Amino acid sequence: MNSFPWLTVLGLVPLIGSVVVALLPKSMPLLAKQLAFAISLVVLGLVVVMALQFDGQSEFVFQFQESYDWIPAFGVTYSLGVDGIALVLIALSAVLVPITILAGWNDVEQPQSDSVGSVKGYFALILLLETMMIGVFAATDVFLFYVFFEAMLIPVYFMIGRYGGAQRSYAAMKFLIYSLVGGLFMLAAMIGLYVVTGTFNFTQILLGAGIDANTQKILFLGFFLAFAIKAPMWPFHTWLPDAAAASKPGTAVLLIGVLDKVGTFGMIRYCLPIFPAASDFYAPVIIALAVIGVFYGAFVALGQNDLKRLFAYSSMSHFGFIILGIFVFTTIGISGATVYMIAHGLSTAALFLTAGYLMQRRNGSSLLSDYSGVNKPAPVLAGFFLFAALSSLALPGLVSFVGEFMVLLGTFQRYMWVGGIATLGIVITAAYVLRVYQKSMTGAVGSGLEHIKDLTGREISALVPIAALTIFLGLYPAPVLNVINPAVNTVMVMVGATDPAPTVGLISTTSQGAQQ
Amino acid sequence: MNAVATVVHAVDVTPWEMPTLDYRLLAPVLIVLGAGVVSVLFEAFLPRGVRRPVQLTLVFVTLIAALVAVINLNGVRETAGQGALAIDGPGLILQGAVVVIAILGALLMAERGLDPNGDAFAARASSLPGSEDERQFTARGYFQTEIWAFFLFAVGGMMLFPIANDLLMMFVALEVMSLPLYLLAGMARRRRLLSQEAALKYFVLGAFASAFFLYGAALLYGFSGSISFGEIAASLGSKTGETALILIAIGLVVAGVLFKIGAAPFHQWVPDVYQGAPTPVTGFMAAAVKIAAFGALLRLLYVALGGMRWDWTPMLWVISILTMFVGAILALTQSDIKRMIAYSSIAQAGFILLGVVAVSAKGLEGAIFYLIAYAFTTIGVFAIISMVRDENGEATHLSKWAGLGRQSPVIATLFTIFMLALTGIPLTSGFIGKFAVFSAAYASGDKWLVIAAVVASLIAAFFYMRVVVLMFFTEPNEETATVAIPSIFTTIALAAAATVTVLLGVVPQPLLDLIANAGVFIR
Repeated sequence: MNSFPWLTVLGLVPLIGSVVVALLPKSMPLLAKQLAFAISLVVLGLVVVMALQFDGQSEFVFQFQESYDWIPAFGVTYSLGVDGIALVLIALSAVLVPITILAGWNDVEQPQSDSVGSVKGYFALILLLETMMIGVFAATDVFLFYVFFEAMLIPVYFMIGRYGGAQRSYAAMKFLIYSLVGGLFMLAAMIGLYVVTGTFNFTQILLGAGIDANTQKILFLGFFLAFAIKAPMWPFHTWLPDAAAASKPGTAVLLIGVLDKVGTFGMIRYCLPIFPAASDFYAPVIIALAVIGVFYGAFVALGQNDLKRLFAYSSMSHFGFIILGIFVFTTIGISGATVYMIAHGLSTAALFLTAGYLMQRRNGSSLLSDYSGVNKPAPVLAGFFLFAALSSLALPGLVSFVGEFMVLLGTFQRYMWVGGIATLGIVITAAYVLRVYQKSMTGAVGSGLEHIKDLTGREISALVPIAALTIFLGLYPAPVLNVINPAVNTVMVMVGATDPAPTVGLISTTSQGAQQ
Repeated sequence: MNAVATVVHAVDVTPWEMPTLDYRLLAPVLIVLGAGVVSVLFEAFLPRGVRRPVQLTLVFVTLIAALVAVINLNGVRETAGQGALAIDGPGLILQGAVVVIAILGALLMAERGLDPNGDAFAARASSLPGSEDERQFTARGYFQTEIWAFFLFAVGGMMLFPIANDLLMMFVALEVMSLPLYLLAGMARRRRLLSQEAALKYFVLGAFASAFFLYGAALLYGFSGSISFGEIAASLGSKTGETALILIAIGLVVAGVLFKIGAAPFHQWVPDVYQGAPTPVTGFMAAAVKIAAFGALLRLLYVALGGMRWDWTPMLWVISILTMFVGAILALTQSDIKRMIAYSSIAQAGFILLGVVAVSAKGLEGAIFYLIAYAFTTIGVFAIISMVRDENGEATHLSKWAGLGRQSPVIATLFTIFMLALTGIPLTSGFIGKFAVFSAAYASGDKWLVIAAVVASLIAAFFYMRVVVLMFFTEPNEETATVAIPSIFTTIALAAAATVTVLLGVVPQPLLDLIANAGVFIR
């Protein structure tokens, strides 16, 4: 393997950028934005170059590995490396950060915003968050993962609390406390894991003698609670609607689009391989909660009048699908869950950004009832909104369809009834998504909306990459699947699950079957 | 004559041996206590005008010399002073930490740039609060430089406390440490009644705790026939029976030390004293007394009472849980930042007790690391509290901290770092400290204690983060305090505290190595 420390560099570039942006004088907000945008593009470029060197057929699970001693007294190493799943999630982060910066260009300008922080501060925090996001996906040492997992809270806490809307202080605190609940129980479980295995190194934990089943059941809960709160899974979700409602659209995109994926990523990366027996033991409960989440989120979304809350609940419903895909222990299910994570990141970004554009045109109101007939004064905006909506309801041809279909297919293989019930969730999703579009974009033009401007070039250019990726990966998901499948197979081996033999000849168990 | 001499000889059957003192081993303590005496002489003989520069020079030279003397003893592992003192790795590290914290504390106490009337101490502690005398003294610009003599004696006591190897020496160290602190606590320039009340409470309750300690020491002596830790341990191992007597003795002795630590249910004095004492003294005391007293507690429990661990660990279990929760829950309800930090210090003591309860080398190392990390953070916290002021002096009411982030982003950011460290967020020293003691406790099988500590940390996160919310997420109003520009003294202390807090979070290994290499207590 090459010895260039790709992942360290990836983490360092935004970190240094963040410091530089933060040190700029307050009187130069434009320069701060431009610099932040440029840095995020550099990171994206680096990720692309790195991803091209990723060897999907390699016998090594982790590539671009680095490892140095960090705190030998605790057996902690600074170890980085990516498997396919981590790679695509890092790529997702690297794509969404510049888009968020571009879309949120004027979001925190003083006159339009009631935030208490400076412009440069917001962009410095975004870059700092990018470092943490890359680190959390790239860490192959459990301790290091935990450090990023917890440290990540701080920039988000400030992004909500300083730059958010009316309820920002409450929402930021709620977000932080919920996350700390999970984080601290995970800390206890992590200490337990260390005491039991004597190491924090992920690979060594897996190579070591297995943990006895009863200990697994206890430690699993600590990790899973943290991830379930992060994801968020019903009933640990109540922080998300508040946080989303109080956030700037850009913050919400990074929070729901990337950060929450750390929860589902953690389940795949840590819960399943390290605690296979416990995963198996708890799977029925988790599947039940996931299905409840699918319906609960969808039903609440159906009745929401606040756009940001609506999208938050819709995300919760989608997270139900992702968690379902993970805990059915089939190759297609887990691959599907990973694809779904990407798809959800993209569709969430599209939804929140278009909704953000819309709200900005009406003094920041996020009430659905304030909008109608927007497609007449602003057809482009309405068009992108429709696209985002369709992406959210998993229209065939878009990447979200691939993910959702694979998850359901994987579920059917293992539990036909659960798959059948979960499928009904799609119907409700379609109902609330189309209801939002119909109410806000069609019909008679609402008062005060007659003269709103359509999207500007900057706003469009932030959405185009999302749309392009959504369509491209929807039609041709092979690049992503090829990268994640070896990693998923490894997880399947670790958890000791084998795909059930197809009972119906029509269903093929290979991932190619899902691409039809 | 001859007859008398013969008689005397006959009575004196065992020839009396001259005690041998190795002055090199005693040097750190002797330097500081000697300087304390010199400081008193300076007060008596020097003209008023030159006292401050002379005293400050004396204090800093002394502390640096003491630090050098401690470092010079690196690697020593023997008893000194006829077995009354134990010069060993952990003892030396704790001594060194006390000296370093004392240097930072002295920097805070030397500050004269914050209060428009001078420093944080009353112009004349003897003048009645609110009297004409007081106004006169203040108007004439009188200062008290006696604080430095008290300070040096207190530091000497603190250095003696963790190396005391018998019950009497421990008691002497306890008193040498405490008496000057009682006085210093009562000398605040502003809100003097509160300060004097604090001093009196501290003294009365402290004296009460000392009596507990002494009574327990007497019982232990009665049981084992010796005051030396080593012989107490030996007789605990060889004699059986009389368990009730031993348990009472242990309870009393440990309660005396737990009082100094501020562990529940011996914590009642902490909020009042922290609030009333002059802020620099509070900072110094909060940081350094914790180090010294925990050092003493660890030696007492591990060396003298190690054989009885099965009897005292359940007791400390309860005390640790109680301390964490009392501190964390009561801190939630506070509206005064000094009281809030006081309750926080109680909660933190509970966390450190986890390392003590572990009864292992890892527990000892974790506790020492936590103490050092906590001490630096605490100095930083109080440095900032002393800088946030309004026209009535320090603005300690939390409502006055609203919007501070807008007015003084740097100070608010530093305070946030300290709050994050106390919460135990990764990349700060507090996280590593928590990890060290939690993992030690877990490894010793105290799983549920770790869970309890995790829950308490969570409750604590509420009030630490509340300050951050106030500073950063609220708009400043006309009530908001301003941050006074400190002189070089406070600036150095604050910078050092912040640097160490972050550094120990990112690269803790050197300090962990140092502590691990120090080994365990000499027996």
